[in-house]
Amino acid sequence: MSSNTASSSAGAAGSTDSSAARRNSKRPKYSRFTQQELPACKPILTPCWVISTFLIVSVIFIPLGVISLFASQDVVEIVDRYDNDCIPVPARANKVAYIQGTGDKTCNRTLRVPKRMKQPVYVYYQLENFYQNHRRYVKSRSDSQLRSQKYENQVDACKPEDDVGGQPIVPCGLIAWSLFNDTYDLSRNNQRIAVNKKGIAWKSDREHKFGKNVFPKNFQKGNLTGGASLDPNIPLSEQEDLIVWMRTAALPTFRKLYGKIETDLEAGDTIHVTLQNFYNTYSFNGKKKLVLSTTSWLGGKNDFLGIAYLAVGGICFFLAIAFTIMYLVKPRRLGDPSYLSWNRNPGGR
Amino acid sequence: MRGERRKGLRLSKLYSFVCFRPFSRDDHSQIGQRGYSRVVFCNDPDNPEALQLNYRGNYVSTTKYTAANFIPKSLFEQFRRVANIYFLVVAFVSFSPLAPYTAPSVLAPLIVVIGATMVKEGIEDWRRRKQDVEANNRKVEVYGKNYTFVETKWKDLRVGDLVRVHKDSYFPADLLLLSSSYDDGICYVETMNLDGETNLKLKNALEITSSLNDEESLKNFRAVIKCEDPNEHLYSFVGTLNYDGKQYPLSPQQILLRDSKLKNTDCVHGVVVFTGHDTKVMQNATDPPSKRSKIERKMDKIIYVLFSILILIAFTGSVFFGIATRKDISNSEKLRRWYLRPDQTTVFYDPRKAILAAFFHFLTALMLYGYLIPISLYVSIEIVKVLQSVFINQDQEMYHEETDRPARARTSNLNEELGQVDTILSDKTGTLTCNSMEFVKCSIAGIPYGRGMTEVETALRKRKDMPQEIDDSMSSKDPTAKSMKSVKGFNFWDERIFDGQWVNQPRADIIQKFFRVLAICHTAIPDVNGDTGEIAYEAESPDEAAFVIASRELGFEFFARTQTNISLHELDHMTSENVDRVYELLHVLEFSSSRKRMSVVVRNPENHLLLLSKGADSVMFERLAKHGRQFETETKEHIKRYAEAGLRTLVITYRELDEDEYRMWEEEFKKAKTSVSAERDALIDSAADKIERDLILLGATAVEDKLQKGVPECIDKLSQAGIKIWVLTGDKTETAINIGYACRLLREDMNQILVTLDSPDIEALEKQGAKDAVSKASFESIKKQIRDGMSQITAASEISAKEGLKTFALVIDGKSLAFALDKKLEKEFLGLAICCNSVICCRSSPKQKALVTRMVKTGTGRTTLAIGDGANDVGMLQEADIGVGISGAEGMQAVMASDFAIAQFRFLERLLLVHGHWCYRRIAMMICYFFYKNLTFGFTLFWYEAFASFSGKPAYNDWYMSCYNVFFTSLPVIALGVFDQDVSARLCLKYPLLYQEGVQNILFNWARILGWMANGILSSMIIFFLTINSMAAQAFRRDGRVVDYSVLGVTMYSSVVWTVNCQMALSINYFTWIQHLFIWGSIGFWYLFLVVYGSLPPTFSTTAFRVLVETSAPSLYCWLTLVLVVVSALSPYFSYRAFQINFRPMYHEVIVERRRTERPLPLPLPLPLPQEETDISGELPTPVEFTLHHLKANLSRRNSWN
Repeated sequence: MSSNTASSSAGAAGSTDSSAARRNSKRPKYSRFTQQELPACKPILTPCWVISTFLIVSVIFIPLGVISLFASQDVVEIVDRYDNDCIPVPARANKVAYIQGTGDKTCNRTLRVPKRMKQPVYVYYQLENFYQNHRRYVKSRSDSQLRSQKYENQVDACKPEDDVGGQPIVPCGLIAWSLFNDTYDLSRNNQRIAVNKKGIAWKSDREHKFGKNVFPKNFQKGNLTGGASLDPNIPLSEQEDLIVWMRTAALPTFRKLYGKIETDLEAGDTIHVTLQNFYNTYSFNGKKKLVLSTTSWLGGKNDFLGIAYLAVGGICFFLAIAFTIMYLVKPRRLGDPSYLSWNRNPGGR
Repeated sequence: MRGERRKGLRLSKLYSFVCFRPFSRDDHSQIGQRGYSRVVFCNDPDNPEALQLNYRGNYVSTTKYTAANFIPKSLFEQFRRVANIYFLVVAFVSFSPLAPYTAPSVLAPLIVVIGATMVKEGIEDWRRRKQDVEANNRKVEVYGKNYTFVETKWKDLRVGDLVRVHKDSYFPADLLLLSSSYDDGICYVETMNLDGETNLKLKNALEITSSLNDEESLKNFRAVIKCEDPNEHLYSFVGTLNYDGKQYPLSPQQILLRDSKLKNTDCVHGVVVFTGHDTKVMQNATDPPSKRSKIERKMDKIIYVLFSILILIAFTGSVFFGIATRKDISNSEKLRRWYLRPDQTTVFYDPRKAILAAFFHFLTALMLYGYLIPISLYVSIEIVKVLQSVFINQDQEMYHEETDRPARARTSNLNEELGQVDTILSDKTGTLTCNSMEFVKCSIAGIPYGRGMTEVETALRKRKDMPQEIDDSMSSKDPTAKSMKSVKGFNFWDERIFDGQWVNQPRADIIQKFFRVLAICHTAIPDVNGDTGEIAYEAESPDEAAFVIASRELGFEFFARTQTNISLHELDHMTSENVDRVYELLHVLEFSSSRKRMSVVVRNPENHLLLLSKGADSVMFERLAKHGRQFETETKEHIKRYAEAGLRTLVITYRELDEDEYRMWEEEFKKAKTSVSAERDALIDSAADKIERDLILLGATAVEDKLQKGVPECIDKLSQAGIKIWVLTGDKTETAINIGYACRLLREDMNQILVTLDSPDIEALEKQGAKDAVSKASFESIKKQIRDGMSQITAASEISAKEGLKTFALVIDGKSLAFALDKKLEKEFLGLAICCNSVICCRSSPKQKALVTRMVKTGTGRTTLAIGDGANDVGMLQEADIGVGISGAEGMQAVMASDFAIAQFRFLERLLLVHGHWCYRRIAMMICYFFYKNLTFGFTLFWYEAFASFSGKPAYNDWYMSCYNVFFTSLPVIALGVFDQDVSARLCLKYPLLYQEGVQNILFNWARILGWMANGILSSMIIFFLTINSMAAQAFRRDGRVVDYSVLGVTMYSSVVWTVNCQMALSINYFTWIQHLFIWGSIGFWYLFLVVYGSLPPTFSTTAFRVLVETSAPSLYCWLTLVLVVVSALSPYFSYRAFQINFRPMYHEVIVERRRTERPLPLPLPLPLPQEETDISGELPTPVEFTLHHLKANLSRRNSWN
């Protein structure tokens, strides 16, 4: 019905006028919206577009990857796994018994600084195979109790670490209860390196989630002692180790900030770590690592991002080349109907 | 003289209009018993007895809900959907500790979704309510206490009220007609709103009440009506009127139904019998049939697939969870993951009852992974479809100026089905044709008159390559147009009989008789325009109107009808003056489809008794008298020629009756009419039959039913689109074939396969009258014909591989159809039919139409569309997957039964090729995308579980998740569903082959759906693993802070939101500002949400507290990760598309490219037609290729059945 349709766009305006005189007409009113003729851009993937898109992606991604890799390479990181080594050889048959025992658990470690580490150097502990994201674990806390003394008794979510003899535990719950309690004393040439533990938690946590007037109460007084104890005279907002710990990790392998070293460490320095190995990761075969790391503008050491960028950029570049070659080898005239999908492949896509 | 006639009228008891109407079969003796218990105290509604009856008022409410029951009832409606029940159960269970997230976050989206649907329902219902209020507050005059008529609202009417209704207004309730402004108590009624019939119906009051026509006489009117209870039968009524101590039986003739309209009568008085919901029209009100589209049915299947995936991954998770939990306490009572305190735990984590814990975990996981099932899918689809229907309703291209009717989508369920139509089953009269009959030719006394040229003839000539004659005809047609103003229903030109010239024709007497028959033998009602004196006619069928108009134009003007008389202005050919002639109408032997003829018995002014008769040739020729066959051969020849020209023919005859013969016959006829038995109709028929014989042939008429504008082009386009068109018509085979040629359904290059029973041996058998033998022989003959046809096609398709291909057309007549539809032959018949490009079924009954539709629908499993305009198409419309009603001359009945209503057949092209194609595409894309986005999201949750010991901790904050479907991803997909266009409307029509995308279901086949699902899962993997590896344990900011749960969640969630929205941007073809707003707005809204939500107190925002402002946003690492993840997640799809579009493009993509490469064409330019045609054929060698493919596909399909 070519006559009818061809005049569609041209005829519309004219006939609107003619019918305007007629009252009560049911003629649909003309608007570009109702006639589905809104101005629109209709992108089509021409070979040119495809190739340039791939090229643009690769042109952006490859440099980004290189930069990220460099940033990552700039970071100096010392990782020391000590969970196994800090158990005396005779006790290694039953590590759990050792860690749960009462004996001295001091352990000395020596770290070598491979490259100059400019301050601040961050000290982390890294735990592995520790499910801080387990649903039971994550839920076991009381945000309102942490925030204000008023809600001290809101411990419903905290079972079984909710109260001791009817008295609420502050801070309650499994997370607080299992607070990491290994300690590290770092020294260089018999000189103690100060580890600043202030400011390791997020500001919002300190100011809004953990109350200034909330003091630990009945903590670790239950029948089973979990991790570290807290000084009942320091308000929670200043217990930064706890705050850091309570911001739960997303994955079973995680680091948490222990403190900052605010002096440079020179290449070749030997750092002695006097380590109190209290925390039980042995029952679930979790590794413990001590990490000293600087940061770049991008953060810590992780080559993955840079490599991924390079890889994606590379693949895109390869695809751009491949498409170009395919075009040169087997060009298709645009709009050539002989490529109709169902002519070639009935029913397929 | 006029007054005299009136008097006679009043006494007359013979009402020609009712003489054949069957009386209601029910016995009046049943009154007062069960089902017949209604008592109406006329004009006395305050009578204590009447009050006791406590009948319903006239208040009408068609709303689904009331203010009180809206909430519970609409909620109940909502939760009849399985998916919604699932979400409701989840919402309830989420209050238990099983839930992986907080209860409000689950309830909120459910409430939003349910709320949106309820608001939609509410608005619809409110609209209905507004209509109700309008109807309820209409005014009507009611006879009041002080004996005057007072205006009252409809809703205040009570049973027994006496009302007066004026011309052209609707009846407020079902009324008993007491009297009218006519002396004899008749009135005319239009029942368009009830049954769609536009012709006027005559109603008459009981004689006893017909004098009660002023306020004075009504003063003392008291009567009691006892009648049937409310029911839905429009054409029956049983009751008695007790008046003045006597009983009078009442029939439907006295009942005026609500919603019908008073016409041609100044006013009527009536008593309210049924009010409000008791009225017949309200009792009849049924919802339009609800049909579901194929896509939606498939969607349900996909949801089952998703449920299976859900159960599978939930189960996997539970197994791992159970194992991990069991290990938490070793045999020696040592705690493994001591930080979880497995020794003092609830049942959900109890290592000692690990299996139970795993089971509970399974339930938790079902809730957690519930995001695989898109909660907002149903409501989004509903919103989208409603908006799509708005676009259909608003399309100016489908608006018909003459009738002032836009297209109307009566249901929004089937929009996308419009894009998948494989077979169109079309009615002919009124659908392909205008159903406005034009008198074009006649043959009188063996001489053909009428020089007009029909469209069919033109087509016929063209086909036979006779161009010079076309010119001839054009020139002969032209003067017609010049010399006289065009008269609707009249397209006759012949100088021999125009302007009274017939007097000079050799057989002027016969011509006179001929036109007298036309002017008298009918049931039309004249409607004299008071001002101009012009006469219009109300006729039951357009054919009759055409006859009356023709006789008027030729000097036999029918101007008045009373119950007993028909008056004509006639040209006296002796004096050449106009004289009035009054014919006394004695009997009308009505038309019926079995009789195929109609006769009247009249007494002419010369006091001769005449029987005037017209009817179909098949019944009329055998009734001719020996001496009446004078022109038989010529007339037969002419009739044959007329039929070939696509005209409808009738044979005109008469006979004179002796008084004696008539009297004898009349007695018998009256006895038949008054008999109360089951065979009454048969008795009447046989009585009529006795007098309708020994007729004298006068001639034959030919009326043309003009093809609607644009029909051939439309059919051409539709068949180019690969849609098969079947025409189911009541016409004769020859007429149908010729109409088929005229509307390009049949083409010269087609092979016709004719299946018919008009063979000599069958006829011979029929004459012998052995029914069994006939049917057996017929069956065999049909079987053979079908097999022959089949082998023709098979042979042709083998040849076609080498040299072009032949297309086939099947023509079958009604009798053969009856056999072909037999269970035993059905398959073979269908197999033959679907190999043919066009199928024409002639002489088919309404029931056969519906049966054929069902056969095609179930036999091929493909989408069928039925289109029709009349009551006889209703069955077909309801049977087909889609019913399209033409809101034409035959009233609204077809429209009422249809899913879409259009004013003209040609709009079907746009409805299917443009709207259908778009809607199909949109809905298909939308559903695929829905599943994609929910799988992408849901599977990130699952991968995260693997890193959370399958404990059921979601990776994201509860509220992120609950807003996902409702806020961050819903609007773009709705925009896709409403606005996306692959190609513009113009191109849709230019390249009809594009429509095959829908017919072959290319956009919604399993490969594509699963492809999208796989894409979703792939995206989720890329998002998850890239994110967790990038954001591993190391610091992610300069200040040495490390990634925690909240940061990882936000980053990953941002990636998901970005990915699915950009994926949308990649997959749509049409960007208007709306798409931009929605897509980028959704992403923007996510960040806005994060800021706002993050600034709420930490007890509420929990892990989201200041997460963006303080933690994520300042970290360059997060942003770099995001860019990497989003680009990587999109690249597989992009690469696939780039490959596919360039090496295996789909049809619409080719078209778009074409459009792009040949840009210099100015857009709104109406191309001259021939140029465009060559354009198409030049560009597309593919239709040929395509048809070839199609044919092959058909063959293989057929083979797979056998």
